[in-house]
Amino acid sequence: MNIVACVKQVPDTEALIKVKPDGSGIDEGGIKWVMNPYDEYAVEEALKLKEAKGGEVTIVTVGPARAIESIRTALAMGAEKGIHISDPALDNADAYNTAAALAAAIKGVNPDIIYCGMRAIDDDNGQVGSVLAELLGLPQVTVVTKIDYEEGKIKAVKPIEGAQLLIESPLPCVVTAQKGLNEPRYASLPGIMKAKKKPVDVKDAAALGVSVAPKSKVAKMTPPPERAPGKIIAGDDPAAKAAELVRLLREEAKVI
Amino acid sequence: MAKGVWIVAEQRDGALRKVSFEIASAARKLADELGVEVCAVLLGSGVEGLAPELGKYGVDKVYVADDAAFAQYTTDAYAAAVAKVVKENDGAILLLGASVQGKDLSSRLVGALATGMASDCVELGIADGKLLAKRPMYAGKCFGEVVTDVTPQMASLRPNVFAVVENAKAGEVVKFDAGLDAGALKTKVLEVQKDASGKVDLTEADKIVSGGRGMKGPENYTILEELAGVIGATVGASRASVDAGWRPQSDQVGQTGKVVSPNLYVACGISGAIQHLAGMSSSKYIVAINKDPEAPIFAKADYGIVDDLFKVVPEITNAAKKIM
Ligand SMILES: Cc1cc2nc3c(=O)[nH]c(=O)nc-3n(C[C@H](O)[C@H](O)[C@H](O)COP(=O)(O)OP(=O)(O)OC[C@H]3O[C@@H](n4cnc5c(N)ncnc54)[C@H](O)[C@@H]3O)c2cc1C
Ligand SMILES: Cc1cc2nc3c(=O)[nH]c(=O)nc-3n(C[C@H](O)[C@H](O)[C@H](O)COP(=O)(O)OP(=O)(O)OC[C@H]3O[C@@H](n4cnc5c(N)ncnc54)[C@H](O)[C@@H]3O)c2cc1C
Repeated sequence: MNIVACVKQVPDTEALIKVKPDGSGIDEGGIKWVMNPYDEYAVEEALKLKEAKGGEVTIVTVGPARAIESIRTALAMGAEKGIHISDPALDNADAYNTAAALAAAIKGVNPDIIYCGMRAIDDDNGQVGSVLAELLGLPQVTVVTKIDYEEGKIKAVKPIEGAQLLIESPLPCVVTAQKGLNEPRYASLPGIMKAKKKPVDVKDAAALGVSVAPKSKVAKMTPPPERAPGKIIAGDDPAAKAAELVRLLREEAKVI
Repeated sequence: MAKGVWIVAEQRDGALRKVSFEIASAARKLADELGVEVCAVLLGSGVEGLAPELGKYGVDKVYVADDAAFAQYTTDAYAAAVAKVVKENDGAILLLGASVQGKDLSSRLVGALATGMASDCVELGIADGKLLAKRPMYAGKCFGEVVTDVTPQMASLRPNVFAVVENAKAGEVVKFDAGLDAGALKTKVLEVQKDASGKVDLTEADKIVSGGRGMKGPENYTILEELAGVIGATVGASRASVDAGWRPQSDQVGQTGKVVSPNLYVACGISGAIQHLAGMSSSKYIVAINKDPEAPIFAKADYGIVDDLFKVVPEITNAAKKIM
């Protein structure tokens, strides 16, 4: 099978995010970059499918030069090869243009299935997987926590508010991964050594035949609103403190 | 010239969901500022009778396609129908809820309509005749203002954030032909397994009582459930307690869990790690109960109690019982 996983490199979840004074973006100094946590589930699922049915896993990334580290991580986990789409025109591109670049690269792989994360934890859009599916004319099953693979199709579980859906989709299709789908493996030391020799194709937009035409842009970034300092309810008696809390919630906050 | 503020109304099992009224109310405000109409797209099977309810929240026209193929939400059928009607009418702005269905549908429409979208917005406005959408990014560590240069300008709205405002309009019904090609529909919903507990989902809950590693074990969640029962809340959890197997994955609040926006969030035995704050810091009021006065959660809390939660939580339940 030709299996594809899309991964994005994002700031580590612990990273302190500082907005540049002019609001044009974030200050990238000192940030540690990692593979988007949801993409770890995507890569793991791709590897599990390959191990069960045979085939090859291709990792695709859009991002600047440093983003190749995330491809190497996935290769060290066990994927076969990578495609790195690197083009200044695509830095901070919107979902449509990001997906268009991914689609152009993935078409050449002739995929049986494509995995994405349900969202990237930096820009938190949760759009790319679905746009990619639309541009490739493929069905999608998003935010998936379980997949059974059958001949030519999958059955996937998707939690919705207050229920779980069992959805069937023919292959090829796009799946976006949610926590719970699997337990991502770590890259082993031999895996890391091997990954260095695995092929990564670096391409720009022109090589893929895509022209970048922005749809959305972030006009301005601002730090989050400050929360006013809270009240610590003093005292030694748990019952008295509890009663005071309930009073405040009723009379001051008016939420109960 | 593109015109009108469009929304996709969400219904399930023949009833409109609250998020639909939130989007309708937000759309009305934008439409009044622009001096245009609010149009809603309503898909389903036997749903035409729901149109007046949308009118109540400011919708002028409800475009209804009634078809057995819409009985259950599927991306294929819904995206094709919405894309068709919005394109044909050249909608200027298109809003959806950032609910599970709204996220799936809106992001597919970004592809089908070749446009841009601001996801999971918490504030909308108009600047120079264009939609200006504010959204949290980097897990709420900063906010971005998104402008889309092509139409429809799309935004999905975080549930529970936009106020429901009554503003009655006629809610005229316009039937349209979704032009579905049954052969083109690829995905099928085989089964819907309802959560038997009937609890309100965390993403829609008005109040949440959440427990972390400080709960010490799965059996102790009964004290949170008792409190939740009295004040009408849903029980949530930190990742530490989900990973320990004490609570199901669907209860997890945070960066790799659910993003919630309740009026009241009570964090019990939760330290307030940055990834947990990512999921709940947009709650209106935050209460922290933790025995460690240095726990980072206190920096975010409106009200804090430094004490053993096993002593305090049952007392809160008692005190609340007296006034509820
Ligand atoms: C401050 C700021 C705000 C932004 N706000 C918006 C906005 O509101 N709307 C908008 O359209 N764009 C926005 N963008 C552009 C944005 O950066 C995106 O690149 C684009 O929309 C993708 O969204 P995402 O990164 O959140 O990915 P998501 O759509 O959340 O990603 C989902 C999955 O798609 C795959 N994927 C995503 N990106 C890549 C990639 N580069 N390479 C490989 N796989 C990938 C991964 O599997 C990932 O898990 C913003 C950019 C900045 C800097
Ligand atoms: C990529 C990534 C994603 C993550 N995503 C999430 C996420 O989505 N959601 C999430 O929650 N975490 C997430 N985490 C984990 C996060 O970093 C923390 O580990 C986690 O939130 C800690 O959970 P906790 O607060 O329950 O436990 P702890 O940090 O162990 O805190 C327990 C607290 O309970 C208090 N306590 C103990 N006993 C009592 C008592 N008797 N009475 C009162 N207080 C008591 C302690 O003082 C302590 O503050 C993520 C981490 C990573 C790396």
